[in-house]
Amino acid sequence: MTDTQDGSYDAFLDALEAGDGYYYECADGHALVPPRRVCPHCGDRELERVELPETGSIVTHTTVAVPTPQFEDDAPYVTAIATFGQVKLTGILRDVDPNDVEIGQEVTVTIDTAETTDDRTITFDRHS
Amino acid sequence: MSKAFVAGTGMTAFGTFPDRRGRDMFAEAGLAALDDAGLGPEDIDEVFYGNFIGTLAENQGHQGPLAAEALGTTAPSRRVESACASSGLAIRDAVRAVRSGEADVVVAGGMERMSNMGTAGATDGLARAADDLFEIRSGVTFPAAYALMARAYFDEFGGEREDLAHIAVKNHDNALVNDHAHLQEEITVDDVLESPEIAAPLTLYDACPISDGAAALVLLSPSYAEEHGLDSGVAITGSGHGGDTMALQDRQSLATAPATRDAAEEAYDDAGISPDDVGLVEVHDCFTIAEVLALEGLGLYSYGEAIGAARRGETCRDGDLPVNLSGGLKAKGHPVGATGAAQVAAVRNLLTGTHPRADAVGEDVTVGLAHNAGGTVASAAVHVLEVTR
Ligand SMILES: [Zn+2]
Repeated sequence: MTDTQDGSYDAFLDALEAGDGYYYECADGHALVPPRRVCPHCGDRELERVELPETGSIVTHTTVAVPTPQFEDDAPYVTAIATFGQVKLTGILRDVDPNDVEIGQEVTVTIDTAETTDDRTITFDRHS
Repeated sequence: MSKAFVAGTGMTAFGTFPDRRGRDMFAEAGLAALDDAGLGPEDIDEVFYGNFIGTLAENQGHQGPLAAEALGTTAPSRRVESACASSGLAIRDAVRAVRSGEADVVVAGGMERMSNMGTAGATDGLARAADDLFEIRSGVTFPAAYALMARAYFDEFGGEREDLAHIAVKNHDNALVNDHAHLQEEITVDDVLESPEIAAPLTLYDACPISDGAAALVLLSPSYAEEHGLDSGVAITGSGHGGDTMALQDRQSLATAPATRDAAEEAYDDAGISPDDVGLVEVHDCFTIAEVLALEGLGLYSYGEAIGAARRGETCRDGDLPVNLSGGLKAKGHPVGATGAAQVAAVRNLLTGTHPRADAVGEDVTVGLAHNAGGTVASAAVHVLEVTR
């Protein structure tokens, strides 16, 4: 566990953990994962806070067999990118047989801690 | 725009040299490039040095002056860092310096030392090319990032692991005669399909090795080359640089590489050529899927078409467009900070006929391309090389 606080990033994780997930949308409709001050696609600074949909859908996934030292005790594990409405999040899909993971499966998002380090990690659960 | 002559190239063998300090490897490559150009350290105006994780691997920041010293000079120098595209962008900056008229003789190159970190350490180091907050902390390793793109590609355009395996087989085969290559080992499609998974759907043989090594180029302004009778016969005539969001999750498509497309369009415009003019390519194949993303981003294939190119033989040595005749990152090796320079060196030597695979280059081929990508292609450098006489 690191003592470093990454301010607004931690605030975003707190919101996900509390079930109050959100994202930003710029005037051009670009969906952005917080924290952001400005849209990297168009430069817009008028970012509107939008409620994160409760369920997302897996758009791609991998099963990591050779991890970094921070995930040594977690491997093999599934990392996925899921789209929640317009915005995509990257997280670890927990409690799942890697062979059962498919693109299009519905997931919910929460925060869990990595086995190796106890660091907080964006985590997906399969939505049943 | 004016061109930058490639007057000399040099590289160490790529491989596993955990006991060699980076400055020594860069000295070997850089001095060989100077010898090849027929120039000495006193001629160097500026040094552009690519390196990714020397601060972790060698506990060494501020590496520019060390790179210059390794060449026998205290000329102005800097380190350029853009993950795996570090020396591609060092070359771009060097080309700019030469074209602006501010420098006549520059050395551009790079070095990486990784094997001394061990597999876990190097995996950790390489992951730093991804977004710490939103990727590394979600378990994304460097292979995992490309695995996420590979699966997204299969889903969007089709293709299968066997298509990727043919890319690995081709690049290994190309490296068999390249004594500087890290892996000189013939492999089969089954070897790739049956090798251990590192990040599904990618296996060990879909991945480049963890390599140490250095590469360097000597670039000259046209006026200097003319004045000193040093027209080397090949020049960089186009340079391009593209960018994208750092994290995959912030991109519209996970199955394309817009930074490569932007870099290529700029480089083609700069050189006044079109993709049809290109006769040989060295692309950034850190993983087999990366070669597919590169060929499509470069406009050499339509989206969804490059996945079968190696399997159909089109990108093989006797195909219409030989890709990665050097063996690519896949077999030649990928000492991250040296890769971009090694690619340009390979293209130059293939065009001049001095590369061990030069016999695969058609006599009518006068234009070659080098494509170097950083991370999951959040940065990309493309250089066009042309025969000048
Ligand atoms: Zn926007």
